[in-house]
Amino acid sequence: MLVAPFVFTILVTLISGIFSKSVELTFELPDSAVECFYQEIEKNTSASLEYQVITGGQYDVDVKIEGPKKQIIYQQQKMQYDSHQFTALNTGVYKVCFSNEFSTFSHKLVYMELNVGPEQPLPGVGEHATVLTQLETSAEEIHSALNRIIDHQTHHRLREAQSRKRAEELNERVFWWSMGETLAILCVSLAQVMVLKNFFSDRPTLYNRM
Amino acid sequence: MSDVTSALYFHIAEGERKCFIEEIPDDTTVIVNYKVELYDPRSGGFMPSTPGIGMHVEVRDPNDKIVLSRVYSSEGMYSFTSTTPGEHVICMYSNSTSWFSGSQLRVHLDIQVGEHAVDYASVAKKDKLTELQLRIRQLLDQVHQITKEQSYQRQREERFRQTSESTNQRVLWWSLMQTAVLVGIGYWQMRHLKSFFEAKKLV
Repeated sequence: MLVAPFVFTILVTLISGIFSKSVELTFELPDSAVECFYQEIEKNTSASLEYQVITGGQYDVDVKIEGPKKQIIYQQQKMQYDSHQFTALNTGVYKVCFSNEFSTFSHKLVYMELNVGPEQPLPGVGEHATVLTQLETSAEEIHSALNRIIDHQTHHRLREAQSRKRAEELNERVFWWSMGETLAILCVSLAQVMVLKNFFSDRPTLYNRM
Repeated sequence: MSDVTSALYFHIAEGERKCFIEEIPDDTTVIVNYKVELYDPRSGGFMPSTPGIGMHVEVRDPNDKIVLSRVYSSEGMYSFTSTTPGEHVICMYSNSTSWFSGSQLRVHLDIQVGEHAVDYASVAKKDKLTELQLRIRQLLDQVHQITKEQSYQRQREERFRQTSESTNQRVLWWSLMQTAVLVGIGYWQMRHLKSFFEAKKLV
């Protein structure tokens, strides 16, 4: 009974102590919809936005970043993926909007990552008074290298997801189109014979009266 | 509670369902922190706390099975650990009450996946680790996460390849089949018409 609130307070203190924030979201964007996210950013903090359309339509989306004074920081139309880095000029709420307004029927899946502030260091750094030992420095280096690997993996995962979904769609399309065409061939060839027979038959029909 | 409030937020209408997708390997923990604020028409802002508003949370695994389905209060944290790799869908919607309906909700949300979800401060306290040990622990966790992701990547690559090969096979067989169908139909048409003309004494 006592443990739960204890753990919770630790967690709260931990989270509030973090300067940098990073959030990754993958969300659905229905046709002709706009999806906006808001983030409060302190003055002079650097922030970066990364996004990619995973499925739907031409894999494009309109993206806009708006500052607290309604100034447009970044605006792109029909982008498949991009990243943008900016430094906040004012403290305030920044707005990131993804718009699918130009598309009336394609439903999209969009990934976005918003990083605010510098990269989060390993815990305990900063409280350190003495010079870092060699071991600690190399741990730090490994940490940033691993972070880069994770970033690359995310990229790879998204590209793979996009291609895989496209391939699955293609597979499906090939299947249905082949079904359709087989049916069409059968119908057309039967109809051809019928029509030809009608031309030459004695009975007055619609065709030879014309 | 400035933690979740400083996180990313978005607006939803009451009762509106909002879903996020997390594609994760198996045995990965996801922690979601959230806070809901209700729009206050009198002040034109958002009420800092809204008792009475609950959030319904639903988490589905890649096989569309419900992993978690519960009603939480207007603010809180929940977590789940994946058992099957793939796309996990996290959906949230308010348990709307009639007199509130139609108004806007502001949802602060923070989703942390894998080693980001580990709380190292409490790990250090619990296991009595030195700073260096803690760092090594974190590095190890990162490596584990990368390994898991990589093995999941291999699985997905396999599925991708299977799809591509299936498409390839389908295209090949279908083109052969269609040629056969065309030849067959053409032959049947000729024979049928020939016998028809002969019967009609046209040739």
